[in-house]
Amino acid sequence: MENLIWLIPTLPLLGFTVLGLGARSLPKGMAAFIGCGMIVAAFLLSVGLAGPIFSGESLSQDLFTWMRGSRWSVNFGFQVDQLSWMMMLVITGVGALIHVYSAGYMHDDERHNYFFAYLNLFVFFMLLLVMGNNYLLLFAGWEGVGLCSYLLIGFWFSNNEYNDAAKKAFVMNRVGDLGFLLGLFLTLTVFGSLNYSELFAEGADLEAYGSTAIFTAITLLFIVGAAGKSAQIPLYTWLPDAMAGPTPVSALIHAATMVTAGIYLVLRSLAFFELAPFTLNVLMWLGLATSIFAATIGLKQNDIKKVLAYSTVSQLGLMFFALGLGAYVAAFFHLVTHAFFKALLFLGAGSVIHGMSGEQDIRKMGALRKVLPVTFIVFLIGTLAIAGIPPFAGFVSKDQILLAAYEHSPVLFALGIGASLLTTFYMFRLLFLVFYGQSRADHHALEHAHESPLSMTLPLGVLAVLSVVGGFLNWPGLMGGNFWLQNYLSPVVKEAEKHHHISHSTEWGLMGLVVALVLATIFLAYQKYISKAAVPAEDANEAGVGKVLNQKYYVDELYDAVFVKPTQALSAWLGRIFDPKILDGLVNGTGTGLVAFSSAIRKIQDGAVGIYLFIFAFGILLLLAFQFLF
Amino acid sequence: MLTSFVLFLPIIGGLLLTLFPGSRVSKWQALILSCVAAGASISMLTGFDPNAGKQFGIQLQWLPTLGVDFHVGVDGIGLVLLLLNNLLCPIIILSTFKQTRDHEGLFYGLLLVMQGAMTGVFVSYDLFLYYIFWELALIPAYFLVLLWGTGERSRTAMKFFLYTLVGSLLMLVGIIYLGVQQETPSFELAVLQSVQLSPSASVLVMLGFMLAYAIKIPVFPFHTWQPDTYVQAPTAGTMMMSGIMLKMGLFSIIRWVLPLMPDALFAHSSWMIWLIVIGIAYASVIAIQQKDLKRLFAYASIAHVGLIAAGILTQRADGITGAVLQMVAHGVNAVGLFYICQVLMERRGTNDIASLGGLRQIAPWFATAYFIVLLGTVALPLTNGFPGEFMLLSSLFERYWPWALVAGTGVILGAVYMLKSYQESMLGAPSKADFADLDGIDKLVFLPILAAIILLGLLPNAIVHLVQPTIEALVRY
Repeated sequence: MENLIWLIPTLPLLGFTVLGLGARSLPKGMAAFIGCGMIVAAFLLSVGLAGPIFSGESLSQDLFTWMRGSRWSVNFGFQVDQLSWMMMLVITGVGALIHVYSAGYMHDDERHNYFFAYLNLFVFFMLLLVMGNNYLLLFAGWEGVGLCSYLLIGFWFSNNEYNDAAKKAFVMNRVGDLGFLLGLFLTLTVFGSLNYSELFAEGADLEAYGSTAIFTAITLLFIVGAAGKSAQIPLYTWLPDAMAGPTPVSALIHAATMVTAGIYLVLRSLAFFELAPFTLNVLMWLGLATSIFAATIGLKQNDIKKVLAYSTVSQLGLMFFALGLGAYVAAFFHLVTHAFFKALLFLGAGSVIHGMSGEQDIRKMGALRKVLPVTFIVFLIGTLAIAGIPPFAGFVSKDQILLAAYEHSPVLFALGIGASLLTTFYMFRLLFLVFYGQSRADHHALEHAHESPLSMTLPLGVLAVLSVVGGFLNWPGLMGGNFWLQNYLSPVVKEAEKHHHISHSTEWGLMGLVVALVLATIFLAYQKYISKAAVPAEDANEAGVGKVLNQKYYVDELYDAVFVKPTQALSAWLGRIFDPKILDGLVNGTGTGLVAFSSAIRKIQDGAVGIYLFIFAFGILLLLAFQFLF
Repeated sequence: MLTSFVLFLPIIGGLLLTLFPGSRVSKWQALILSCVAAGASISMLTGFDPNAGKQFGIQLQWLPTLGVDFHVGVDGIGLVLLLLNNLLCPIIILSTFKQTRDHEGLFYGLLLVMQGAMTGVFVSYDLFLYYIFWELALIPAYFLVLLWGTGERSRTAMKFFLYTLVGSLLMLVGIIYLGVQQETPSFELAVLQSVQLSPSASVLVMLGFMLAYAIKIPVFPFHTWQPDTYVQAPTAGTMMMSGIMLKMGLFSIIRWVLPLMPDALFAHSSWMIWLIVIGIAYASVIAIQQKDLKRLFAYASIAHVGLIAAGILTQRADGITGAVLQMVAHGVNAVGLFYICQVLMERRGTNDIASLGGLRQIAPWFATAYFIVLLGTVALPLTNGFPGEFMLLSSLFERYWPWALVAGTGVILGAVYMLKSYQESMLGAPSKADFADLDGIDKLVFLPILAAIILLGLLPNAIVHLVQPTIEALVRY
């Protein structure tokens, strides 16, 4: 089994190749079967590695030397440890469910086969990202998933708005990637290696090579990359736009897997981050700020997918917050549970959109629980999970983050609660507006409204179950659990000594407080959207703070005015005036000046190229003659 | 002998072709000759030992009183460039197969002479012999633009010719100065290496050489001949110039300046690199708002080759290795990009981006080929553009990190202009007008290019393996 590690990423790549080349000849059913089959097979192979992984081993397999410098080299090689194995299960497991779902969701799309090809390619790159045994392969996967994100956001490329969203995602990620690259250059310069096994070897004394300043610089540069990929301030604005892609893409790439790559990067580089306390602080505040900022925007969005997108930004912020607090396991735990319930919510939203003939505006929905009963139930489960109602998955993971915040300071705890209450409010606002109250859908959409086929509801069911029981992965000791995930990850993720200054009674008290506040928030949302049956205003009628939130704090407009427009203007000026007129004019001026000068003193030459050529040819002949004569 | 064979086969064959300008079979003759040269170059690979320095060498006295020898051979770097030249040329010749033009014999003859002259630059170990090939390559390029170009071609051709020629004259002065330092004049690389110039003389000679190369490559601010020339040259000529000819300049820095004037170069490399990396950002910014696809690719090329030049000037092993990798990648991608322009021109009669669009749906193979070349150009990992770019930027970072930051803007802006132009020329609502997807010849041209993009992205080590010993022996810093 261990010798087949290479097959795990290769299968999706094979799927991509077959589907890509056969996109126009394969029947849809066959294409969907190949697409799903490759991912399921990769999942099963991953599961097959459970034995050695559970016994605390780390597996590796090197295929060939990929890149080599004068004093470093990296292999095209894989490493499966506890961290990457869990990521592989999430990627291939949730990935397989989303593939199956797509077979139903994309069934009528004329480019159905391309969709599966791109989705398979994505899984390949994502596996490369988590399985690579060096930073360069991680970066290859990192940029590769960005490419797939580009292809899938702009999947319906007849629409130029979608194309713009795709381009924005790619370029914004490139900004982050440059930061990441510079971090890699610095790592290479200081340590002379990019291989995990060399950098983070047991007993390796990193501090012997670098100062705190070096570690701070490296980790801050990594954070720039992570902020791009995981949509954190200031590089988050691409993610809401990325909702232009088909909904399964939003679920897989823009919620469950790709956007968590930044968290994976930090966990992979923990040895660096531990030596850079300043960076951890930055991470904490950045994550918290993003979490609150995005959640406030979520309050006033009316596109079902946009609400979920801002929620994703906010939840990712929460994970970074946790990393900054030093609660690494809690961050990773939340990554896993979030993958379950956010994929569920997105696929549920997809089911709503599918059932409503493409409608995404929640102001034009309402009372859908009767029409889409299965979708309603799973969506409710997802909402309860993200809101943090016990014992759903989100409750357990979020609780561990908040507890870590409390250990740090009550202020952070309060701010963290604030972010999660905002989440609760807009998620229930969404739930109530979509599934409860009076129907506001137009008749046409309602007549055709239908529950989704089994291929879509089945994955929904599985994800719903995972969203319920996912919390047991790291069930707290307080409630009779044994922190399984924490123990499982201990070979890779070593958390700082657990503080035990929080007594059990305090812990219970905090938990109770949080739950009570969440319930109160749900009641508030209930009051507003069910009792009073409030419906969000048209965008044009928003005013004051509401308008600012609805318009996303005008950040897109700001970036446009500060970065995009000036660059375009500069480009136009340099390209049309400076380069051809001024700089080239200078060259021409020098040329004409020389010619005028020389013809003034010796009126021999007229600048004719013919003469130069003649002289050149004559010169060569002369040389040849020279050879024969002497 | 093999070196001389691949050197003179295209030159003599090309000259013969020019004698029959009206011949209709000359394209086939040219293709066969270039394929033979390609085959012979590949066969050199089999007997090549990366650790053995110069191989397949031949040294004959040519002009003993002047100290000029016919001395050719290949080391690792020379062999890689020789292969690039001789493998790209058949593809470039094939890319013209659907076209008919006046005086075909002359056209193909000139292409072959150019190929041979460039080979001469890559294999010469005698500085004077090298200079002859260096200038010889210019003549066919000039006539290709003058006779088969578009627009203001005679003005453009003249400017191209004069600019690069004038730049080279100072190099010639430097060459002669170097050659006469011995009691008996010699232009032998090995002999010149033992010449001890005074520091100031060394700097002057170095500057003379570097000016010639800066114009030829071209790097900012000596690049203004390039956009017009690339746009107005016949596409095969553009491919020859951007794909191969500009590498003569880059290669020459490695072959001549690094061993002969390393200290002078090192002392002055700081401001040169600053100029070049600013030029990278400059050309990348300009590329964004270009309206003509060919001109956009021309500016993109300035940015890309600037990075290669900067990497060589770091005088570090990784910078030079990255430069060799990127020379190959840029050659392959440039041919791909300009062939894309030709496909569009052939079917739509224009490269104006605004009048294209909506082609992806109706020409999926073409769209895929274009996109893969694009990925190589933006240096996505696992394509040919990445390994070189990584090593180049990394070597810049290692010597002085702000350079990597400025040059790194090209990483971001490259994505901007490539994706923007792809979106505007290919995506959007399907075009109403017909657009034939790739035909047999198109596929034959694209196939090796796309294969090279992927394979060199996965196995850059194949090239590194060939050049690393040569480079290790070269660097002192």
